[in-house]
Amino acid sequence: MSQALDAKTMTIGESGLTLLFAASAFLCMVAAAKALDTAFAFHASLGAAASLAAVFMILNRYFDRPASLPPQEINGRPNYNMGPIKFAAVMSMFWGIAGFIVGLLIACQLAWPALNFDLPWTSFGRLRPLHTSAVIFAFGGNVLIATSFYVVQKTCRARLAGELAPWFVVLGYNFFIVIAGTGYLLGVTQSKEYAEPEWYADFWLTIVWVIYLLVFLMTLVKRKEPHIFVANWFYLSFIVTIAVLHLGNNPALPVSVFGSKSYIAWGGVQDAMFQWWYGHNAVGFFLTTGFLAIMYYFIPKRAERPIYSYRLSIIHFWAIIFLYIWAGPHHLHYTALPDWAQTLGMTFSIMLWMPSWGGMINGLMTLSGAWDKLRTDPVLRMLVVSVAFYGMATFEGPLMSIKVVNSLSHYTDWTIGHVHAGALGWVGFVSFGALYCLVPWLWDRKGLYSLKLVNWHFWIATLGIVLYISAMWVSGILQGLMWRAYTSLGFLEYSFIESVEAMHPFYIIRAAGGALFLIGALIMAYNLWMTVRASEAEVPSPVALQPAE
Amino acid sequence: MSFWKRHQIFEKNSIVLIAGILLVISIGGLVEITPLFYLKSTIEAVDGMRPYTPLELTGRNIYVREGCYLCHSQMIRPLRDEVERYGHFSLAAESMYDHPFQWGSKRTGPDLARVGAKYSDEWHVTHLVNPRAIVPQSVMPGYPFLARTEVDLAGMANHLRTSRTVGVPYSDDQIANAVADLKAQADPDNAGVEAFTKRYPKAVARNFDGKAGLPTEMDALVAYLQMLGTLVDFKLYNEKANLR
Repeated sequence: MSQALDAKTMTIGESGLTLLFAASAFLCMVAAAKALDTAFAFHASLGAAASLAAVFMILNRYFDRPASLPPQEINGRPNYNMGPIKFAAVMSMFWGIAGFIVGLLIACQLAWPALNFDLPWTSFGRLRPLHTSAVIFAFGGNVLIATSFYVVQKTCRARLAGELAPWFVVLGYNFFIVIAGTGYLLGVTQSKEYAEPEWYADFWLTIVWVIYLLVFLMTLVKRKEPHIFVANWFYLSFIVTIAVLHLGNNPALPVSVFGSKSYIAWGGVQDAMFQWWYGHNAVGFFLTTGFLAIMYYFIPKRAERPIYSYRLSIIHFWAIIFLYIWAGPHHLHYTALPDWAQTLGMTFSIMLWMPSWGGMINGLMTLSGAWDKLRTDPVLRMLVVSVAFYGMATFEGPLMSIKVVNSLSHYTDWTIGHVHAGALGWVGFVSFGALYCLVPWLWDRKGLYSLKLVNWHFWIATLGIVLYISAMWVSGILQGLMWRAYTSLGFLEYSFIESVEAMHPFYIIRAAGGALFLIGALIMAYNLWMTVRASEAEVPSPVALQPAE
Repeated sequence: MSFWKRHQIFEKNSIVLIAGILLVISIGGLVEITPLFYLKSTIEAVDGMRPYTPLELTGRNIYVREGCYLCHSQMIRPLRDEVERYGHFSLAAESMYDHPFQWGSKRTGPDLARVGAKYSDEWHVTHLVNPRAIVPQSVMPGYPFLARTEVDLAGMANHLRTSRTVGVPYSDDQIANAVADLKAQADPDNAGVEAFTKRYPKAVARNFDGKAGLPTEMDALVAYLQMLGTLVDFKLYNEKANLR
């Protein structure tokens, strides 16, 4: 016994990270003291506080833990590491609701501009990146991290690689979100859509992301199954490609290492191309392949059916990652980007329709023989409807990438409607479905607190989406037509402001749709909270399960 | 060995899988982006382009900070209605000194690529403080705080120097006189105006916000808006020479 106590030593990870965080706390304090602007001083102070908290947490964990690290297996079953996943799951729900609230606020600002309050930190221009980042990166990102860590462990039958590393990933990522979000409110932005955070936030994200990749990869490496499961290919392509995109789009030179402002390395037309190569593939690899991985694990699991076609998933995988990366220039049709690049972007965007629908078919047909479950299981219904929205959005996308269509749709609300068909319908619903599955599994509950509430969530949110996207279709096409309308004498028929005025009723309908979506998410949060607090605990089965052949 | 059997090398080896992914995703980006750096036709040959003056650059940074690009594009497409509404379609050359570019993706408000010299300074100041004072149906936020905030002069030279490192051709002379030029442009009575206009051809020195005292963020933003799209003279621009 005393020998075991004597043998307790810090791992290299524990001592190394303690030293690194102590050093980072010191550097952040120096940076805060020498900061040139208040936003930078604020962020450096946050960095110092977070570093000190990290040192404290690592030491605390070390003193509390037994001498030996948690075993890889207990009684022949993998000893899964669920702590970081629980944290990411909770954070995703929190950020989701925060992001939906900000979205509702900015939707109302467009209908009633007085809600901007004439203050810097409440104006549309600063809140809009807060909304997009909160829903895409904070909500979506935490869902992806949580599900990827869960799926990779379960399908590899191996404990997550590293002890501190998974915690570093979830905490570090959420710290990045805090820096990015508070930065937007303080006016810290490099103005590249969906890549607004400044150089120091980008730098921190790079570190977190590399560790994320390593944790995922090392878990794959020590897997007990001969094959890497399909969902993990998609997760891996998401993690790797986002790293490449992030590094390609963000190289910037800070004006001073003690200030927040930087100038991006790329300029003009090249910057535009880099930006939309990044921007479209943030859609392609963050919001698509990452969530397709969720589809490939959670739908078969929930429906208790195998994936429809393994071969289709192979074709789906390689085709979608190869074609997606070309699609960026369709954001720059008729601009000063050379025509050859626009044509390439359009061609590949149209081709992209095929693998997108291939994947949709693979997801939907997994229900073969289990369609009756849609009637009784609202969680599965949510997952399946998300795939249907995916199919709809990935048909609309190629359509809008055709230059003639784009000449009408570009710069209008149609784009906003298209994005939200994908974001609310596909990403939102597939995430909700995954969280509804994940929470009972993580907290060892027999099932959800209330399936009835899931049903309410489903219908309220679906109604919200329908209101949202149909309002934006009408307003977008109306806008596009008004801008190009001519009188019989050959003059432009409408002034710009007349098109703004015509949007008002649609902006109110859109806000109503957003409000419904938010109400659905609040119902969900309550349901999940009660599942953890009040639901019946599941008795773990004493028999070790047979490994699959 | 069948295709499906061969594919198992990816399914059974994570390093091979990651290498495969990297290879497959790099092709599209390489083909579409790299040529933009060496094909001469990418950026047209034009006369008149110059780097932003320190005051304009400050205004541009405010434009970025407040997220103006989220509702206003700066990219006129070569479509009949756009050219009639906003002016000559935008050239790649007109944004070659833009780090980052501000083409935008949405027109909740009108395009601003050629808004320069369209309205008076007073129009802009009144409109920025309270857009509905001039355009009652507008949904734009008000920016009254810009008129109250003085421009941060310290580090102006560093902004130009950093821009030069990423490719904007500022001269040593322009960098050395950054603060003086900034003050001169916002004050037509300043002794440095003549030297300033020599350093930045076609730049105008005016009291943009109409108020005495040190330059405000309103001065800077209006100075930026008033020069947008004014540098290339389209009466002299040779379209045929730049056919792409």
